[in-house]
Parts: sequence; structure tokens; C-alpha cells
Amino acid sequence: MEVPILKQGEVLIATFQAALSDADLESLRRGLLQQVVRFRSRGVIVDVTAMDVMDSFASRTLREIAHMIRLRGAETVIVGIQPEVAFAMVQLGMTLEGVATALDLEEGLAYLMEKFKNID
Amino acid sequence: MAKREVTTKGSGTRDNQASELVLSEAPSELLRELVAHLRQNRTQLREEWVGRISEARLLTAMTKEEIFAEATSVYDSYVEALETETYEDLQNYARNLSERIIPRGVETHEVVGIVLLLRDVLARSLFAKYQTDFKKLNRILDAYEPAANRIANTVAVGFVQERERVIRQQQEAIRELSTPVLQVRERLLILPIIGVIDPQRARQLTEQLLRGIRTNRAKVVVIDITGVAAMDVTVANHLVQTVEASRLLGATVIVTGLSPEIAQTLVTIGVDLGKMNTVGDLQGGIEQAERLLGYKVMAVAEPR
Amino acid sequence: MSAGEIRVAIHVDQDIVLARQKARVLATELGFSAVDATFVATAVSELARNILAYAGDGEIILRAVQRSIRKGIEVVASDEGPGIPDIRQALRDGFSTSGSLGLGLPGVRRLMDEFEITSQIDQGTKVTVKKWRQ
Repeated sequence: MEVPILKQGEVLIATFQAALSDADLESLRRGLLQQVVRFRSRGVIVDVTAMDVMDSFASRTLREIAHMIRLRGAETVIVGIQPEVAFAMVQLGMTLEGVATALDLEEGLAYLMEKFKNID
Repeated sequence: MAKREVTTKGSGTRDNQASELVLSEAPSELLRELVAHLRQNRTQLREEWVGRISEARLLTAMTKEEIFAEATSVYDSYVEALETETYEDLQNYARNLSERIIPRGVETHEVVGIVLLLRDVLARSLFAKYQTDFKKLNRILDAYEPAANRIANTVAVGFVQERERVIRQQQEAIRELSTPVLQVRERLLILPIIGVIDPQRARQLTEQLLRGIRTNRAKVVVIDITGVAAMDVTVANHLVQTVEASRLLGATVIVTGLSPEIAQTLVTIGVDLGKMNTVGDLQGGIEQAERLLGYKVMAVAEPR
Repeated sequence: MSAGEIRVAIHVDQDIVLARQKARVLATELGFSAVDATFVATAVSELARNILAYAGDGEIILRAVQRSIRKGIEVVASDEGPGIPDIRQALRDGFSTSGSLGLGLPGVRRLMDEFEITSQIDQGTKVTVKKWRQ
């Protein structure tokens, strides 16, 4: 399943679909990293609005994505976690510790802009 | 003396041998006969039943006309269930009926009572009809009783289910009313928690808050637990979960009203309060929230 | 309205998605709230994932259940894999763990109302969980 990755200036936006298999998530992880390197992006927004279930693998993958992207000097924000999904995640003990989160795309962009300002 | 051969079914005495030859009519045939009898005598039996209902002082919340109308429907549904030997329509009817009468204050014992009274009234009429044919009466009762009991059960269960559904709805409404999520400023929500937090209420609280964060696009939430009746490990853990889940929606949580003593106790027990932003009181919490949101606090100018 | 049970064979990772989708559909059909349906789907995802990771293949069975007048959903996750050597260890963890190791069973238990597990070395594991409608 193809996950669309949009480029908006220095930010990449990846929109996850529902029903992503493990293999899809793996290839997405690789793909994102490639794009970050290619475009020298400063920030990545991963939009998971469409994901109706986030299990331990999905959570781990998001953390790994954020970690690898940080090694490239870029910042990741996860946006669009649904209330029910957030609730289920914390029951599982998945808190996405160390990864920035925001309500939606708009908030995610605002967060990154703020971050870039402080770095410059 | 030669034994008499009896070939006809029906009333009258027979000797043992002959009656053994007469196989029972199929139960459904008997039921058909029974149903026909109940239909034929509908008016009279229904009247008798309604009489018994008022004698037993049931359905006092309803008027005579209402009782009569409902009695007619119940009677007809009862007979139909006996006839078709299916109970789904009856179940639906029972729930329907319950939906109507529960708001009127009719109680479970009344509903069970009237159904049992109907069962008795009909049984008695069977005794009366077949009193000269004891064996037939027995067979008819064999067919009638399980069906009648099933009907009583179906109606009672339907009523209770509906009642429980109403109670749950009311409880939910009460819980929602008692935990308002307040938006006081843009992007700032306050959740004052008062009273006892059982696991169900805790879950409902978290749900409401998370939905509120999304709807109001809140960036900061102040949860005030001054009014929480009993702070123990379970409640504390629910709180931690709520804080974690809120963060996943991009909101920072400030917990106010957690006294240092209780905080200490919880930490000792092993509750991880480390990630929680705590401030002494609600006012202080709101001020901190405003600072986080970038509001400047200005003195109010005196009117001239 | 689904009758009987729904069986999902777990052989490849797409089956995890399939199992949790069917679980969500059944839970929703049974009248569970959005949150509860998500809890059930998440639990099924974790259980299916365990089967794949530790046994290679197995089965998820979804069933509507009833206890007196209460409706619920039952999930049975079974495999004929290596089994769990120390169940008590697998069920123990700090309340909010990163969950990067282990079977995530405490999490599944928190998501559901009832939890039962039987496991035998070299014979397999069976986890039965239930959630009841509020």
C-alpha cells in the first residue's frame, strides 16, 4: 500500500492509511528516511488520523521513525491520534515517550515552525 | 365378561386397555384446540383477568381505560405466542410495552404479577372446560404449561432488560453531568473532578476529556482533584493514563489539588507521578496554564 | 448480524489487520461503544501479533456471547507453538511499560474485562478474553 509523502517546504508530511500491514509500515519507514535525506528536510509530520487501531508494532515503528529522523537532524511530530486510539494505546502501555505529538496537521506545522525558530 | 372396545376419543370412561390404544393428539394439535378456546372466550377471560388485576391492586399507575387497552394487547400477544410457538414477536412487544409503562412508574413485580394472573385465569378456564376428561386435561396442560411459562419468562425478561437499559442511560447522563469539561479560555480546558471515582466513572471521564480536547482543540488541560473523595493507587493510575493519553492528542495536563502528603504516598507506593505537572491549587494551575499558552497576565485598570 | 463464530487464520502479517478489522465490525454490530470497539480491535491485534511472532501460525476465533441478559464478545487466540515457559512472568509488568519486549499480555488484560490463558511447552498457547457491553 502506498503512503503518500508530501513535501511542504522543509517539512515532509506522511499520511498513514488505515489497515497498514507490518510490511507496509516497514517500507514506509525506509521510504521516509530516504526522502528526509534526499530533500534535507528539517521536519516530518506523520498523520495517523486514519488509523483506527495502533498496536504495539505501530507504536514502536513510530518511535523508531522519530529516532532515525532525529539522527538525521530533523524533528518528527505525530498528529491525528484519535481519542479512542490514544486511550487504547495507554492501556497497552504505549505512550510514544520521547516523540512529539500534536492534535492535527495545523498544530503539527505550528509546532515545527516554533521549533525551527528556536533553533535558528 | 368380554372387555369393551372403545374406539372413540373424547369424554367418557374407558377401561385401561382401550385408553392405551388412543395415542395422544400431537401437542401442536392440542395447542390449536387450546388457542381456539382462548380466542372464543376472549372477552370473558380478558374481563376476568382485568378484574383480578385490580383485585390484586396492580397497575395502579394506569387508568382503567389504559389497563383495558394494554390487557387486550397482552392477551392477544399471549394467545399468538401460544399459537405460533415463537416468542420473538412477544419479546419485541414486551420491550415496547415496557418502554411505554416504565416512565409511568410501573414496576417489575406488577408486570410479572399480571402475566402470572393471566396464566392462572387461562389455566382455570381449561380446568373448567375439560373437567370431565381428566386425561385430556392433563395432556392439554402438558402442552400449555411449558408455553405459558416461557411466555411469562419472555415478558418478565423483556421488561427487566428495558428497565436496566433505562437505568444505564440515566446513570450515564448523571455521570456526564457530574463531570463537566469546561472551556474557560481558548485552547484551555478545566476538568474539576468531584466525588467518588470508580473504574467506570474514571473511564468515562477520560473519554469525555479526550473528546473535549479534540473538539475544543485544547493545548492545556487543568485537572483539579481537590474534590476527589478517595485517592488511591487505582485512581492515581487512571489519572496517569489520562495525562498520557492527553499528551498523545498534543495537550499538556496540569494536575491541581494533589496535596504533598498524598503525592508522597503515591510515589512511595510506586505510582509514577514524575511525568505529571502538578500545582497546588486550581488558581495556580490556571495561571500556569495561561503562561504555557503565552497569555500575558495584566492588571485590570480601575474604571474612572 | 453475524451468527456463530468468526475464524481468522493467522499465517501472514496481513492476517493481523484482517483479524482486528473483523473484531471491530463484530464489536460494533454487538453495540459496543467506539472506545470499546477500539479496545477489542487493539487486543485482537496484539493477540494475533503474538501468534505470528512466537508460533508462526494459529487462529483467532471471534464470538458473540451472553451472560444472563448481558451481551459480550469473546476472542480466543490459539496456536500450537512453543508455549510460554513462565506465564506469571509474562503477565507481570509495570503499569506503564514501554512494552517493547514481551507479549503485551498485561496490556491485553487491561483492554478487556476477562482474561484467561493456558499454555504448555511445545504444545501451544490459548488466550481467551471477553469484553461485556456497558
